[in-house]
Amino acid sequence: MKAFVALVAREVRLAWTGGGLWLPVVFYLAVSTLFPFVTGPDKALLARTGGGILWIAALLATLLPIERLILPDRQSGVLDQLAVRGWSDELVATAKIAGQIVAFALPLLLATVVGSALIGLPEAQLGTLLLGLALALPALSGLSVMIAALTAGLSGASALGGLLLVPITIPLLIFGAGTLAEDPGNAMQLLAATSLAITALSPFAAGAALRASRT
Amino acid sequence: MSSRQASLPSLNIDNVAVMRGNRMVLPGLSVTARAGDIIWIRGANGCGKSTLLRLVAGLLTVTSGNIHSEGRMALADENLALDANVTVEAALRFWADMDGASADARDAALTAMDLQDLAHIPVRFLSTGQRKRASIARVLASGADIWLMDEPYNGLDSASCTRLDQAIINRAAAGGIVLVAAHQPPSINVALSLSLDSQDAAA
Repeated sequence: MKAFVALVAREVRLAWTGGGLWLPVVFYLAVSTLFPFVTGPDKALLARTGGGILWIAALLATLLPIERLILPDRQSGVLDQLAVRGWSDELVATAKIAGQIVAFALPLLLATVVGSALIGLPEAQLGTLLLGLALALPALSGLSVMIAALTAGLSGASALGGLLLVPITIPLLIFGAGTLAEDPGNAMQLLAATSLAITALSPFAAGAALRASRT
Repeated sequence: MSSRQASLPSLNIDNVAVMRGNRMVLPGLSVTARAGDIIWIRGANGCGKSTLLRLVAGLLTVTSGNIHSEGRMALADENLALDANVTVEAALRFWADMDGASADARDAALTAMDLQDLAHIPVRFLSTGQRKRASIARVLASGADIWLMDEPYNGLDSASCTRLDQAIINRAAAGGIVLVAAHQPPSINVALSLSLDSQDAAA
């Protein structure tokens, strides 16, 4: 358990020092700043569409850390060293996902407060938006580690990562946008269920990818 | 600790062969090692020295045959596996924590590879030989029973080679097993010098 915590802490530290922390946050806030420029300062329109834009920005921000999640550890031999110590690939993937939740999901949630203010989202919607994103972000963290493991070492990994991520996140996006409607109850439950399934499956998919790519 | 020391480390490689890129490597290799053995594996480039160590480490699976080992393993190969942006000491402490090694074991490993003066320098500033010493120090600190060392002498100066010799001898004398893959002849007394070129072992 102590070793698991040490590995999660290392993931968080690498994110802090490697730009994995502020890069997605800055991107996320940049999108929410740019959006009003496109639509014009129509307060009603921004209030209606702003939540959806933040959802899309969060999905795209997921792609940013992908290249530094698995590949550097594969190349430097860290993954081999963990395997020699008897770590299963699934456990390594779980630690990386936990690290992503701390280093990527939590800062993005904090940035959502700022982002929603930039767009001028009604305060009543902010709570719903935060809850929905909090439910979805573990799944997005899991997906980013899974896609990083699948594409590590491939040429054009980041472009391929985008192609892989977008279809898998469609259910999250549909239910996530659904929570912004008048009555978010049902959509929120479906979002929670979808996110739980993706979060629970992603360590196994990522672990299998790690194992298959070991040479 | 008691459970670790209860059974002596052993390594049994039985009639192992592995396919690497449509090529059969190590056809029918058998090696047995007991506690205290140093096994020196030699051979030309590409003969399968690293593959053998990765098989033993469990990073690759055999195509046929069996590998059975008893005891914790530590691997030092061409990959440093130390975070480039932290100090040597912090990078080694991460792995020492993974291995449950004590602070004393860590300090002893730093001293054994003469890294005390480099302990507070970020890993990215180390030279080739210093990197190699750091990766050897990780193995030393791990307290593992079986050491797998892939070309550990590459890039080391003669003083460091002597230190490594001594570390390997000490580990074997303390009841460990050390597998060294190298292209040069052994510089120390070994239990078995194995040449992968001709597939015959000379004691």
